[in-house]
Amino acid sequence: MRLSLEVSLSAVLVATLAGLPLGAAIAVGRFPGRRALIVLLNALMGLPPVVVGLLVYLLLSRAGPLGEFGLLFTPSAMVIAQTLLVLPIIAALCRQAVEDAWLEYEEQLRSLGAEGLRAALTLVWDIRYSLVTALLAGLGRACAEVGAVIIVGGNIDGVTRVMTTAIALETSKGDLPLALALGFVLIAIVLALNAGAYLVKDAAQRRFG
Amino acid sequence: MNGILPLRLEEVTFAAGGHAAIDRVSLELTAGPSTILLGANGAGKSVLMRLMHGLLVPSAGRVRWNEDDPRSVRRRQAMVFQRPIMLRRSVLANVEYGLKVARVPEPERRASALEALASVGLAHLAHRPARTLSGGEQQRVALARAWALHPEVLFLDEPTASLDPGATREIETVIKAFDAAGTKVVMATHNLGQARRLGDEVLFLHQGRLVERAAVDRFFPQPASAEAAAFVRGELPWA
Repeated sequence: MRLSLEVSLSAVLVATLAGLPLGAAIAVGRFPGRRALIVLLNALMGLPPVVVGLLVYLLLSRAGPLGEFGLLFTPSAMVIAQTLLVLPIIAALCRQAVEDAWLEYEEQLRSLGAEGLRAALTLVWDIRYSLVTALLAGLGRACAEVGAVIIVGGNIDGVTRVMTTAIALETSKGDLPLALALGFVLIAIVLALNAGAYLVKDAAQRRFG
Repeated sequence: MNGILPLRLEEVTFAAGGHAAIDRVSLELTAGPSTILLGANGAGKSVLMRLMHGLLVPSAGRVRWNEDDPRSVRRRQAMVFQRPIMLRRSVLANVEYGLKVARVPEPERRASALEALASVGLAHLAHRPARTLSGGEQQRVALARAWALHPEVLFLDEPTASLDPGATREIETVIKAFDAAGTKVVMATHNLGQARRLGDEVLFLHQGRLVERAAVDRFFPQPASAEAAAFVRGELPWA
């Protein structure tokens, strides 16, 4: 259970650090291929976890390009796979939110002389409460998926077994009560994380308007 | 100091979707008199102002300041919009943000921002979140944000169009203070009383064209063009 949270939260953290600037840059920037990139990013939100798992497996396997690091079947491999799954969700939702805000703020910011990167950072900071929802969507994806972590992690007891892979295993072993119980625990954890995020966001929003 | 004024517009046209919102306007704005852009909704006041301020690029013609460096031109003018855009931070931080973007060194920012807020009568609200203020107060914060920059030219796009009479008076007081401090005020409005109270000269726009330019004292009693005469009488020919 702790591993589940560690892996998923790490993936969301990395995806946030990369995804927010990426989404904001696409929202504010004007460059050739921008529309195609937006469509691609939106489509990647629906990336099948097993496919990502397979690709990361190929990259990290002993014969793969990154095989020498020996990451396959470790929690690090699981974080990498989940980061790839979560990144498009956070970047795409951030892109949309920043673009909407840019419509509202553009003239004022340009009038003050804030353009490009500075404008993008100002926007991201100003809509920080809305972006919480994007992070929660990413976290939901990470906590819920089983396809990627089971392939690159291997579901090794005590090393790479997380809640979802444990549920899959117990179900196939026929221990349905245990699988069901684990399922409820997982749902409870996700619910608690979301409730906490909502309360923080709500309090901050009330304070800063 | 060498100013960015006069501002010259040469045959400026702005067309969008096959329709010329601004049609071959040529004019020169000099330092000193407050200039009012007057005209009905859709006459092109806002578009013309955005062309002057550099938020829009003309489809044809040229906008020329008496200064070639675009950074310097941008830095020495400010604009206040009809609807104030407040960042989700404190009132003080909103004013400081403008100074930060203008590369004012950090130690000076706080004092400048506080001074600007005091000049619009909002020093007591400096630490309130800006978005919790009333519409009139937010517009005064926007004016303070402009004030802190000590602009040579201040553009105002119908700054009181959505405010009640009390808030409008407060805004007008601040605009007069800008004028008294030597800032060139360029304001779009369709409020005739406000044009009289704040303006020295009127640029009257009709369907994207500059139809008439006259001193306020002359424009209102004796508009020269039929369109301006109809507008002043409140008779809209297309209504």
